[in-house]
Amino acid sequence: MRSDSFSGVLPEQVEALLNAALVAELTVIDGRGRPVSYPLIPLYDGTRIYMTSAALFSKKLRHIKANPKVSVALTDPVGVPLEPFARATIEGDAVVHDGDLHTDWERLLPLWRAKEPVIDKFVKMRFGIPLFFERSVIEIAPTRVLYWAGGATHRAPVVTELAAAK
Amino acid sequence: MAVRDAVARAATFDHAVLSFVGPTGYPMTVAADFVVDAAGVTIDVGPLHASTRPADGQEVGLLFSHIRPQPGIGYDERRYVNAWGRAQVRGTHVSVTIEQATGWDEADVPFFEYAERTLPEAKRYMDELGSKPRLSRFWTVFLAARLPFLTATIVPVALGGAVAARDHRFGWGWFLLALVGAVLIHIGLNMANDLFDDASGADEANVTPTPFSGGSRVLQYGLVSRRAATVATAACYLGGIAIGLGLAAARGWGLLAIGGVGVAISLAYSAPPLKLVHRGVGELVTAVGFGPVTTLGTYYVCAQRWSAEALAVSVPVAALIALVLYVNEIPDRAGDAAVGKRTLPVRWPQARVVRGYAIGAGIAYSAVVGGVVGGLTPAWTLVALLTIPMARKVHRGLVRHYDRPYDLMPSMQANIALHLVTGLLLLAGYLIDLLTR
Repeated sequence: MRSDSFSGVLPEQVEALLNAALVAELTVIDGRGRPVSYPLIPLYDGTRIYMTSAALFSKKLRHIKANPKVSVALTDPVGVPLEPFARATIEGDAVVHDGDLHTDWERLLPLWRAKEPVIDKFVKMRFGIPLFFERSVIEIAPTRVLYWAGGATHRAPVVTELAAAK
Repeated sequence: MAVRDAVARAATFDHAVLSFVGPTGYPMTVAADFVVDAAGVTIDVGPLHASTRPADGQEVGLLFSHIRPQPGIGYDERRYVNAWGRAQVRGTHVSVTIEQATGWDEADVPFFEYAERTLPEAKRYMDELGSKPRLSRFWTVFLAARLPFLTATIVPVALGGAVAARDHRFGWGWFLLALVGAVLIHIGLNMANDLFDDASGADEANVTPTPFSGGSRVLQYGLVSRRAATVATAACYLGGIAIGLGLAAARGWGLLAIGGVGVAISLAYSAPPLKLVHRGVGELVTAVGFGPVTTLGTYYVCAQRWSAEALAVSVPVAALIALVLYVNEIPDRAGDAAVGKRTLPVRWPQARVVRGYAIGAGIAYSAVVGGVVGGLTPAWTLVALLTIPMARKVHRGLVRHYDRPYDLMPSMQANIALHLVTGLLLLAGYLIDLLTR
């Protein structure tokens, strides 16, 4: 469900961060109950956050299947080139889509291309590293957002509950 | 990754990303400044707001991550450290004594090697899903047959045809049949090599394959089954042998001798019991097979006799194709050594391998000159000496990048081009000679 003040399900300033982000930190919980973070490119369609993972780096997918509670953090001024700088953490529930690893993720190419136009060149050369392009899709339904203006995490974050987004 | 190494590496990043499991069960992730203690095992993160601090004693994770976006290229300078430990909350700061860490820095482990090292993880995951990696039929055949390497066959076949043309013995039909037969044997050799290197574990042990070395990887990646590869290998050999027998029956049984040597070399190259490439003679038999055997065989098919000229003109390309294999074995040497595949770069130290390259190139160019001085080959073939600067460039690349497989790739590529261009210039020499007679 969309609020009048949002263009998508997330607060506008967080959407701006997400749309600018070339890298975000996906944190999942492993089998020992320990948080594990992975730098990944985040894609956002106004409702869900998507990330893709090659079968080569599939540990995170196993963790998500065992515990779907994840967070996506936008923290790096280099990886999130937006002025004025801010930081955000988005908590959410993740689902792994791995029906056809060869093609299912390609539906995200328009979003991916918008951030990383060179992806088309890489996809054409997929024969060079074929298992990198056997990919699962991680779909995240946001549930709560923490936002720090100026990236000042010593201050209390602005918290937005997004239960309706589920 | 050792804890002290991880903490030392972490100290080079701009900020830390602290994570812990929050009261709602979601991972709480927050970035902050940090400092590393003098002992190099504890990282102090903060200041952090109370609402985003873990409980005292809670297990936390720390991620340090860096990339440099490169428009039009993607990213470089990718590196990260993941570290875990127990949190000690000290006012607004969280102190974490690191107990375990992992990480990756592409400056130390290039991305392609990193991906190769995680291949078992991918296989396990895809096996569990019942999924198989795939490529288009074209690319699968392209990789499995190693089509770009067919220049190793096309060049000596063309030279055999050129010598036959100079002797007014050239016939397109016979020439093309010889080409098809030789190409089939070459593809069979490539796939047989993959099968035997897969069986011996050489390709699996190799975590630094490049487009020019380490085999086609179609078996390691699961793109082709061993059964399919075996059937295709057998089909190529049977097709090549059938063409060879047909040509021998039509053009002269002398062809059986040289064709037999060619097929025997191609099989014994990888196959037990001889496994010639394991014994340090792979380079030599490659020179013989993709030099005199192929050029003389083609000449015989066209001319129905032997030729000293065909033998002479085959020597430069024989030496250069041996050098292609020789250079491509350099990045493979750790994997090869692990399974007892003792190629020359496995047996020899770097200085001798580099010197060996110079000697091999010297043999190739001496043979070009020797053929002309000896009155066997046309003077115009001296045009092939124009590639000497290319050989020198490859030699310089070997000196500079010997231990860095991915940095060596341009030299491997240039070395393959050296064989092709030298062969084409020899052909050009023959063409000019034919046109100016």
